Amino acid sequence: MLIQLYGCISMGVSVPIAPPDVDRVFAALADHTRRDIVRRAISAEEGVLELAGHYPMSFAAVQKHIAVLERAGLITKQRVGRRKVVRTNLETLILARRLLDQYEELWRARIDRMNQVLAETAGAGDTVET
Amino acid sequence: MTVTAVRTDPQRLTLTIEAEFAASVERVWQLWADPRQLERWWGPPTYPATVTKHDLWPGSRIEYHMTGPTGDQPHGYWDVLAVEPPHRLLLRGGCASDDGTPDTDMPISTLRVGIAEVAPGRTRMTIETLFPNTAALEHALAMGTDQGQSQAVSQIDAILAEETIQR
Repeated sequence: MLIQLYGCISMGVSVPIAPPDVDRVFAALADHTRRDIVRRAISAEEGVLELAGHYPMSFAAVQKHIAVLERAGLITKQRVGRRKVVRTNLETLILARRLLDQYEELWRARIDRMNQVLAETAGAGDTVET
Repeated sequence: MTVTAVRTDPQRLTLTIEAEFAASVERVWQLWADPRQLERWWGPPTYPATVTKHDLWPGSRIEYHMTGPTGDQPHGYWDVLAVEPPHRLLLRGGCASDDGTPDTDMPISTLRVGIAEVAPGRTRMTIETLFPNTAALEHALAMGTDQGQSQAVSQIDAILAEETIQR
């Protein structure tokens, strides 16, 4: 698979695993309650019942949120002894973050170059910070 | 730093960057409207861009290629969807074959550019990148996770927050 960041330059990296369904990941993270669940589940200490206690909504509603997160690959349910705890899948989160970071870096570099162009094309009366 | 804000919107799959320049609106507009200026900032230093076709009219197409260190020349294009000089520009484009024909297998992305005066001689440019379709995102995300878990945890608040980073 190839990464297309700078226009159409392929900055290729081969992938050993199937990437997560990105639309689902971002859609799942678009909700405040779900982001909070993901944050709490990093420590992987609570089950669905305990998590549900944090929110002013029905147990069924929290279960639905958890199902959305699970389908997106953001959390998994894990057996610890006799209990089942909800654990955040950090890899999925990191992948999402990285994509955003790469686009940000790309545009920061472009804006730096824009500044250079502006500095070099400065006309009379213009001052340009570099 | 001229970058004044960075916002991500996971729901709309957009990244918005705001920058301020000590230059007039017209001169900032020329960064996009003058192909000779555009090709000086578009590509990284290792892949300078050459713009071969450039008309800023709705319905027209910008064509360019980049030249890499080994002589490789990836081609790309932008379709001009909307243009309101010197304030607004809406482009949608992707990659093309060597003769400039859009490559329909490659991702398509959308750029929305806004340019506005914040004070005399001081101009804010807002660039909203609408991430390409899912396939493209999957390509972009297809990187290994070679970072340690501790570093991972420190990054998590950033993605969980609907952030506006002021720098």
